[in-house]
Amino acid sequence: MELEPSHYPAQRAAGVARACISYRRGECTDIRDIPGTGHKYHLEFTLKDTVQEVSFNCTAEVLYHLGSQHSAPEVHFTVEGELGKNPDDADNKFYSRIKSLKEPLVAQNIPDSFGIVPPEMEPIRHLAFSACDYIIWQNSTENTWYNLAQIQDVRQVKRNDDYLEFDYTVLLHDFVSQEIIPWQMQVLWHPQHGVKVTQNSRQPK
Amino acid sequence: MYQIKESNRELVTQHYLGTTYEKWPMYYLKISQPTNKAKKIIWMDCGIHAIEWISPAFCHWFVKEILQNYRTDPKISSLLQNLDLYILPVFNIDGYIYSWTTARLWRKSRSSHMNGTCFGTDLNRNFNSSWGGVGTSHNCSSSTFCGPEAESEPETKAVARLIESRKSDILCFLTIHSFGQLLLSPYGYTKEPASNHQELVDVAQKAATVLKGKHGTNFTVGPASSVLYQNSGSSRDWAHMIGIPFSYTLELRDRGAHAFFLPADQIQPTCEETTMAVITIIEYVNQKYFPNGAKLTSGNLCLNLLLSVLFVGALS
Repeated sequence: MELEPSHYPAQRAAGVARACISYRRGECTDIRDIPGTGHKYHLEFTLKDTVQEVSFNCTAEVLYHLGSQHSAPEVHFTVEGELGKNPDDADNKFYSRIKSLKEPLVAQNIPDSFGIVPPEMEPIRHLAFSACDYIIWQNSTENTWYNLAQIQDVRQVKRNDDYLEFDYTVLLHDFVSQEIIPWQMQVLWHPQHGVKVTQNSRQPK
Repeated sequence: MYQIKESNRELVTQHYLGTTYEKWPMYYLKISQPTNKAKKIIWMDCGIHAIEWISPAFCHWFVKEILQNYRTDPKISSLLQNLDLYILPVFNIDGYIYSWTTARLWRKSRSSHMNGTCFGTDLNRNFNSSWGGVGTSHNCSSSTFCGPEAESEPETKAVARLIESRKSDILCFLTIHSFGQLLLSPYGYTKEPASNHQELVDVAQKAATVLKGKHGTNFTVGPASSVLYQNSGSSRDWAHMIGIPFSYTLELRDRGAHAFFLPADQIQPTCEETTMAVITIIEYVNQKYFPNGAKLTSGNLCLNLLLSVLFVGALS
């Protein structure tokens, strides 16, 4: 996700919408204070799928709730065009490869210190981005701007059913506070059924 | 640094600033064309935040560019007639080493707090510019911990001491960070505009335009408190507050796609475009404080004397 510094609060809201839908750049058209409830952002932006090289026009409303107890921002959105895709060749190849591994996959530091991601780890990284989207959406406030910085550790958990399961420890970066936050997440994936985060917890620094 | 100094002895000298918390010596390079002239100073530092690896890379590139081209590039040689360049390639040496050996995403220094249970101060919150105010943390485990007091860190003290002692000669203070693609003018600690706000923004805009001309990279320009976020204790704010007229933070590539993990193939283009931006700023400063024609050479002097003799002759 990229920064568009003309209006940072809108960008953060767009980040939340992105985490909910997945996007690249946002533009705020309206911020409203809803007394007693929270702040509502109306956004119009373009969603860009960098893998498939397709763009979609989106509108979204992001409502940050007030209150001492944090609750996930509410996101309502419309997308022009078909977002969901059928599993492609790369997905199926990845699925087959992992399923046929004798030893469960284990890896650290993706990308490495120099920004390098081995090609066979790209799908692991894409999966982490998707799973982190859920965590980012659930944990965002008006004053956070989370992004996945690095996968610290990933371990495959072998299953008897069709799903692939991975135990990730990721490092999230909050641009506003500049904090690096370790986060553990249990992720299920299937080419047809998509991504699911079954468990996640913030870790101590 | 030693090699650069040794192979360019006519232009480069290495100067001691102080030591880091872990006792590494801090040196800056002074690039100075030897003349009898009193010159003014441009200061540039890189690597105040360890995680921002593109920053020290840029200082190294910039020094290389100057040294390779100062004889042949008229722009550079003209700048060096009037200006000395002081370059600190790595401000936060301890943190930078730690980011290579132990924790890639480390940002702060490596000073010890709370009886060795808590490490590091954000050096860019440790300066005496509304220290400890908005946008900092007093919690030593925070990424933006401002330290126990202003200038508590030996690294901050070392730099502040030099800048303070030479402030009447320093025209421009540049501090290099990543990421964001931003050219930030003072202030971060307040939304109040700097005394020369418009000029600062105009010059930054000029630099951003030149930068974009190289590889098409978009930089956003403006005061830190509006373009980025409010923060206190920054070196950029402090430099301006003690009277240095031109003070900027540059946030280099990218805008978040790779963030701190800028790919190797973007290092050179980033350095090339940033060099052009920095030269643009320095050129403006040079023109402003040493306008063309104001410099008296011996040729001019003869002509002036001749003309005044002719006029006196004509009048009498």
